[in-house]
This record gives sequence, C-alpha cells and structure tokens, in this order.
Amino acid sequence: MPNLKELSAKKVRLTGGHRMCAGCGAPMVVNWILKALKDDEKAVISNATGCLEVSTCLYPYTAWKDSWIHTAFENAAATGSGAEACYRAFQRKGKVNDTYKFIAFGGDGGTYDIGLQSLSGAMERGHDLLYVCYDNGAYMNTGIQRSSATPFGADTTTSPAGKVVPGKQQFRKDLTEIMVGHHIPYVAQSVPVIPGTKYMFDLYNKAEKAFSIKGAKFMNVLTPCPRGWRCDTATELDVVKAAVETCFWPLYEVENGVYKLNYKPAEKKPITEWLKLQGRFKHLLKPENEHIVAKIQEEVDRRWERLLELCGEK
Amino acid sequence: MAKRVSLSGNEAVAFGMKQINPDVVAAFPITPSTEVPQYFSQFVANGEVTTEFVPVESEHSAMSACIGAAAAGGRVMTATASAGLALMWEVLYVAASMRTPMVLAVTNRALSGPINIHNDHSDSMGARDSGWIQLYGENAQEAYDNLMQAVRIGEHPDVQLPVMVCYDGFITSHAVENLEMLDDADVKAFVGEERKAPFALIGQEPVSMGPLDLPNHYFEHKRLQAEAMKNAKKVILEVAAEYEKLTGRKYGFFEEYKMEDAEAAIVLINSSAGTAKTVVDALRAQGKKVGLIKVRVFRPFPVEEIAEALKNVKAVAIMDKVDGFNAAGGPLFNEVVSAMYGKADGKIVQNYIYGLGGRDVTTYNFEEVYSNLFNAIETGKYEVYNYIGVRE
Ligand SMILES: Cc1ncc(C[n+]2csc(CCOP(=O)(O)OP(=O)(O)O)c2C)c(N)n1
Ligand code: SF4
Ligand SMILES: [Mg+2]
Repeated sequence: MPNLKELSAKKVRLTGGHRMCAGCGAPMVVNWILKALKDDEKAVISNATGCLEVSTCLYPYTAWKDSWIHTAFENAAATGSGAEACYRAFQRKGKVNDTYKFIAFGGDGGTYDIGLQSLSGAMERGHDLLYVCYDNGAYMNTGIQRSSATPFGADTTTSPAGKVVPGKQQFRKDLTEIMVGHHIPYVAQSVPVIPGTKYMFDLYNKAEKAFSIKGAKFMNVLTPCPRGWRCDTATELDVVKAAVETCFWPLYEVENGVYKLNYKPAEKKPITEWLKLQGRFKHLLKPENEHIVAKIQEEVDRRWERLLELCGEK
Repeated sequence: MAKRVSLSGNEAVAFGMKQINPDVVAAFPITPSTEVPQYFSQFVANGEVTTEFVPVESEHSAMSACIGAAAAGGRVMTATASAGLALMWEVLYVAASMRTPMVLAVTNRALSGPINIHNDHSDSMGARDSGWIQLYGENAQEAYDNLMQAVRIGEHPDVQLPVMVCYDGFITSHAVENLEMLDDADVKAFVGEERKAPFALIGQEPVSMGPLDLPNHYFEHKRLQAEAMKNAKKVILEVAAEYEKLTGRKYGFFEEYKMEDAEAAIVLINSSAGTAKTVVDALRAQGKKVGLIKVRVFRPFPVEEIAEALKNVKAVAIMDKVDGFNAAGGPLFNEVVSAMYGKADGKIVQNYIYGLGGRDVTTYNFEEVYSNLFNAIETGKYEVYNYIGVRE
C-alpha cells in the first residue's frame, strides 16, 4: 500500500495554474497517474482536444511540467506513437540517455469515438505507451453532447430528455473490453482517488503497474464532470463511489490476458444510487420511467455477471 | 562518385530516403505511392537503415505520427497520394503551424470521386494552402533531387516547415528512367547526419507544443508562419546552388525552356513538360517563337520571377491538371495571372484544364494550344477558360 505522505511529497507534474472548472475530475486523474512516475523519469504527454487540453495549455502559459503535445482531437495515440518511435530511433543511435515514458490522455469523445481507430492502431502496433481515457461520459468541451460512452438515459445536449424521447437511447460502448480484445499487456479500469474507500489507491497502483510494463497499455478512468453530470462538486466523489458500488463501473484489470477483479462490493447497490445523484438522470426517476430504470439495472447486472465470470469470481 | 542507375520514380525516392536514413518513417499504402513504404520497410527489415518504420492504420495517423516524431526532434518522412493526402488534410495544417519540418513524397493522383488511380494534380493542389512548401518534379531525377533538397529547405532555421515533393503518379512513379544518384557519403554531407531541432519533446528542457491560441496571439503565430514561407524563397535558391555544385544539375523556382524570345508560352507543372518540350522543339524548327515554363516551386509561389519571365511574351497558356470548379480557372492559372498583374500586363492569357484522371496528354494537345495562342495573337479573339483533351 502506498504511503500517502510520501505520495503527497512527490512533485506535481500538472500544476494548479489551469482553467478546468472547479471540481473537475480530469486534472485529479492526470496528477495521480503522473505521481506513479519515478522522479528521474521524464514524460512525453500527448493530449487529445477536449476540456483537459484546452484548459491546461493556453499560449503563452502551460500547466505541464513535462513535455506535452496537442495536435488534434482524434489522434492523441498516433501522435504519441510517433514521438515514441522517435525515442526508439534516438536510443538506437545513442542520442538520448534519459528514461522517457510516453503517455496519451484523451476524453471519452477523443477515445471511444473519433479517436478509436488511432488508439486501436497504436495499441496493435505495440508502442511503449500508456493511453489513459478520462471518461466523463460526454463531449464536455463542446457543451455536453452524447458520446458512445454516455450512459443509457442520460440527458445531454444531443440526446436531450424530451417529451417523447427520455435521453440517450443506447447503452454505452464497453471500450475497456474492446481494448482487452487487442491482447495488449495491460488493460485496466479505474476511478480517481476516493479517500476512505478500499480502492483509494486503485488508480495510483494501476498507473504504477502500467509504467513498469513495456508495450501498449490502456487505462479507462471514470472521471467526474460536475457540469455535465449536474452533480455537486463537494460530493462528486460520492457519485463515482456509487458507480463502483452499483457495479456500473467495476474496478478490474487484465494483465497478459488474465482478468482480475480489484474490488467486489460486499453488497451490490441498486443502480438508482448512481442515477439519483446526477441531474442528467433526473427525468428517469419519475414514476412513469420506472421501466427504463429496470432496463438499465438489467444491463448493469448482465455486464457485471459476465465480468465476474471472466474474473473467475463465479 | 555519383552513379548512373535505371530506376522508377518511386524507387528513386525510396532509395533516396534510404540514403538520408531518417529517424522515423510513418506511412500507409495507396496507389501509386505504395511502393515507397514497401521498399522502405524492406530496407528496415534488412537492417540497411536505422529508421523506426511505423506502419500506421491510416494516413491521418501517418501524418499525426510524423508530427509527433518531428516534435520529438526527429528527421521524419512519409509518402502518400490522392485520398491519402486528402485524409491527412486536417493534420497537414497542424504540421505546418507547429513548424515541424518533414518530407512528404506525393505521387500525384486524381481525387475521388469517381475513384480513379491515375495521375492528375487534384491531390496536392487541394493541399496548396496548408502551409507546406511544395516542390514539383518532371521525372525520377527531379523527384530524387527535390527529395534531397527538401530536407535542407524544411530544416533550415529560417524556415522550419514541412515540404511536399510531388511527382506524377504512374508516369513518373512507375516508369523506369535513367538517372544519377548521389554517393551515400555525399548525401550524408549534404543533408547532415541528423536534424538539429531548436527545441523538442525529447530534449534538455520540457516543452509544450500545440497550445490553445486565443485571438490575442493566434494572428501573430500565423504571421510568423507566413514569414517562414517567405524566407523559404531565399533558402530554396541557396540550397539549389549548393546542390548544383555537388551534382551539376541546376534548379530554381521554375525551368524556362526556350523562353528568351518566345511570343507564345505555356506554363505547366510536372511530367507533361517533357511532351510539351518536344512540341516546342518541333515548332521552333518551323521558326515559331514558342517557349515553356515548368513550375517547380508552387509554394512559396515565385510571383516576381514568373512575371519577369513572362514580360515579353504576347500570349500565354497556363495549363492546370486539376479543375478549380470555380468556373474561372485552375489554381496555377489564378496564381500566374495574379503574379502578372501590374508587372506583365496586356497579355493574352488562357487557361487549359487538361489530363484529368490520367487522360493521355499528347503532342497534338500542345500543338493545338500553341496554335490557339498564335490565332489569338492574330485575331485578338479567344476564350480564357478552356478544356483540352475531353469529349464535350
Ligand atoms: C475533428 C474535430 N471534430 C470536432 C471537434 C470539436 N470538439 C472539440 S473537443 C470535443 C469534445 C471532446 O469530448 P471528450 O473527448 O469527451 O473530452 P471532454 O471535453 O469531455 O473532456 C469536440 C466535439 C474538433 N476539435 N475536432
Ligand atoms: S466541463 Fe466538466 S470536464 Fe470540462 S472542465 Fe468543466 S468539469 Fe471538467
Ligand atoms: Mg468527455
């Protein structure tokens, strides 16, 4: 178990001088991932267009202490893969002595949707790169439009809850499983650090493990966006906790093809525990929409049971 | 010592890339450019280069990976054509604005649709305003020579821009021609052992590249980018002069063929110049004062120089192997005519759209164009906007 005191003493690689909304989960996720780097390791970070990118590097300022590059929305993986290829060429020619780690950050839009091809290509090619998706469940930067990561029923600006259609009508894509299908050395699903939980250091531990493995790695991190989720910034981590406790967002990892469940709630909470904390699901809790909630519960259960089997928990 | 070889245009480019031995090549196959990454991956497989070859899953990723690699400080190359270049479109602009020099070999091919694998210039002309330097070559020798010079031009401290080296699909890319290749050692000496990036992702100090640029800075950055393109004019000539010392082959912004006393001139780009030159020779033998300008450097566009070269003609036909679909002329026509404005006024100017989608361009076509020009000089009657070699 990592020592919190030691970890808080580690240098901050994404500084506070950025313009993310107060309470945004993305910089928390980034900083905990970067804490897992060793102090003498340098990083090259590739960032997809999105909230994290537009808010952390506004000319002439940057909040990044490591080398960072943004080129476009759908190509953080390809851009990072090029930098990593260059590093290998430099190493071969004896042009570089420092140890570099290559990391890509993309939102769910930049990863599940428009960047899926670029991600798939880079992972299949086996670049020594950790791709981290901070999944906040919508295109937040452009004003909360639905993505293929948006949960069923969510009210977004392109899947609005209207008089006839009650929000998004599709279940979210299971990107973590798609990445498992790439048979890369390491795939993990995680959440930000939530003090007081058994999985408080889940994110840190997984990042540390990922950095110790050579090759393509992928982490999918459920990341709160109080603006898009319409939840309270003060209690947003309770929302994430509810995602874990309801098994909407299970914590697991797949190392060299072997599944491991990292946390199994003693008692699985009903999905309403996750839905009721967020304004984007408010309409679902009306009595006439009970059947929709039942449908969501059914899908959560189905996916959870399947995962238990894969993890050898059944 | 330079060596005489018989190679196709694609082979010449691939062998040139091998001699340059860049840090990273990221590429995706597309006819008629495919051979370039094929040959190159063979060099990698045989250990003949130390390059990292990145076999990406699309051209968008090829260009993105090239930007990542160039931003990391590497010397970077790729190749594509047609739809591949079109798919790169978004990131071409990023490469130019991020000032990441690299070389992109474009085997010119028609754009879809309808899908067509043969030669015209719609692909690279579609990317003419992306901020890339564009060099065009008539044959395999020029493709090879432009490739070598492109490295130096793009990496020059006053330029720092990506460069396209364009040559005609199939006609140049696949036809085997005799050409002269430089010695490996001469290539090394000419392009330099490695790229010297002023800053890079992999370097002493960390850097942030590709920030959000708000209205109070964006315009200045674009202005600097435009200045780099202006600087490129001088650098292109300096590099050409150095290359001439090495090879004896002379390069400029364009080639003037029998232009000294020409009354009727054609301006065009790439391989059709070969056919046109034989027509110039034949007409000259009949005592007709005809000449030809073959444009090599389309970006930056040699405005003053073109106007100067055309100031004594009576009539000029500017020929575009691409349609502008603006009902007013192709891109080369528009550039040349605006260059002439105020410097070479009062000329008869015609535009001919020719050779789209690989339509054969014959000596008859050029004879007809010259004949039309002389007719226009005599009668004063002519159409500005014309198509040639198409069934109407
Ligand atoms: C090719 C392209 N299409 C669309 C956009 C507009 N765009 C910028 S960011 C964004 C959404 C980002 O969503 P996500 O990846 O989930 O990140 P978030 O903003 O939620 O952090 C969109 C649609 C763009 N920049 N580029
Ligand atoms: S909109 Fe959401 S994701 Fe974007 S900065 Fe604000 S809280 Fe973060
Ligand atoms: Mg998002």
